[in-house]
Amino acid sequence: MGCMATTESFVLAIGTKKGLWLATSRDRKQWSFSGPHFLMSEIPSIGIDTRDGRTRIMVGVRSEHWGPTVAHSDDLGATWTEPEQGAIMFPEDTGAAVERIWQIYPDSESRPGVVWAGAEPISVWKSTDGGEHFELNRGLWDHPHRSEWGAGYGGAAAHSIVVNPAGDNVHIAMSTGGVYRSLDGGTSWEARNKGISARFNPDPYPEFGQCVHKIAADAAVEGRLYAQNHHGVYRTDDNGEHWESIADGLPADFGFVMLTHPRREGTAWVVPLKADGERIPPEGKLAVHRTDDAGATWKRLATGLPEGEYNSVLRDAAGVDSAEPAGVYFGTRGGAVYASADEGDTFAEVVSHLPDVLCVRAAVVAGAGLPEPRIPETAAAQGA
Amino acid sequence: MPDISVVLPSILQPLAGGQSILTAPADGPVTVGKLLDSVTGGYPVLARRLRDETGALRRYVNIYVDGDEVRRLQGLETEVADGQEVLIIQSVAGG
Repeated sequence: MGCMATTESFVLAIGTKKGLWLATSRDRKQWSFSGPHFLMSEIPSIGIDTRDGRTRIMVGVRSEHWGPTVAHSDDLGATWTEPEQGAIMFPEDTGAAVERIWQIYPDSESRPGVVWAGAEPISVWKSTDGGEHFELNRGLWDHPHRSEWGAGYGGAAAHSIVVNPAGDNVHIAMSTGGVYRSLDGGTSWEARNKGISARFNPDPYPEFGQCVHKIAADAAVEGRLYAQNHHGVYRTDDNGEHWESIADGLPADFGFVMLTHPRREGTAWVVPLKADGERIPPEGKLAVHRTDDAGATWKRLATGLPEGEYNSVLRDAAGVDSAEPAGVYFGTRGGAVYASADEGDTFAEVVSHLPDVLCVRAAVVAGAGLPEPRIPETAAAQGA
Repeated sequence: MPDISVVLPSILQPLAGGQSILTAPADGPVTVGKLLDSVTGGYPVLARRLRDETGALRRYVNIYVDGDEVRRLQGLETEVADGQEVLIIQSVAGG
């Protein structure tokens, strides 16, 4: 034929309050599911690492009874490995214990094996062995602001990590504390919240203390990031030195989600909620909003989404894949997950009636050799 | 030498090689904390399920010595001796 078909497969991972579900697809329409994995443990964080020619799924697992841990699978959930000595463990001198892993963030192709994690209590961790063992970031742990950081409704955690693939810039967001930036790969950290409001604070524009819900980087513009704040949607074009509002055109400036396009300049997605006191979609109508001009204008996207939706979408319950066009995925606290294969123009329900969705991640796996996910050998085994 | 036995709930038994009872030698009274050190020494994942990295018993893990929950006794400093039964049971939690 003289032409080789390129085949892509897609992996979708859904972390919920009571376990993990995995799905694969060839077309982002028909999905084959397995799960629940880690039944009765919540899965607040997922990282899908497709570097090094493998697909490694890392999950933060937390049991009410048996505590938090990190596990990984290299075979789409058929088997899980939990490092014997624990992947994330506070050193003895800190006197601290991990409560919950909020974020697992594989670094870029240029730093193979490097994976970052954010946790509660507020802490950042870095692995250089593909997420099997993490080291505590001491610069942030010993930060002089620590005693003044607070807890959001969900706990005090570093929940967002954005690493510049080309350099040593790292931005994190914590609730509450706001955005902190490192220019030296995580050795030292400075608050970078100028222009971000903290309306629950007597001083509405403090140096730090904001409740920034999520940050994401523009993949095509150096130094540009976007933030969904506890009321307020912002953009910075100078690496966090100043933030300006891009909330005009949105029906509400509250929400948790901030997603950016894997390649294209100026494209980001949010899922507005009415207000902090009314955490439902505006008018009870679920919609995603996308900007293609870095926040100057927003387009409401609701095709395929239900009207009459009163569940919220949590900060990590949304993700994008890296296909062309990019896929957009999100789940609700009502246990429904929606997928779009056209950057949000149209959505379709992938699954419904799961427990509260806490984390959604999707990835493209090249080639046609992706096996369907298999039912785990023992569904109830939390790392057993 | 006499032994002290620790009875595991079924959900944790896979983390102890499938055993339901772990035993530690006891030539005298030993604290529950030391007993846990001894019986979980070879099973670090099991150890983490029971106690966090500061050594604190996880909130919803209950340990009973002859029917009494150790938080009502001296916690992990509670002493046990040969012939006493130590039970690990998860408490009611979650929704």
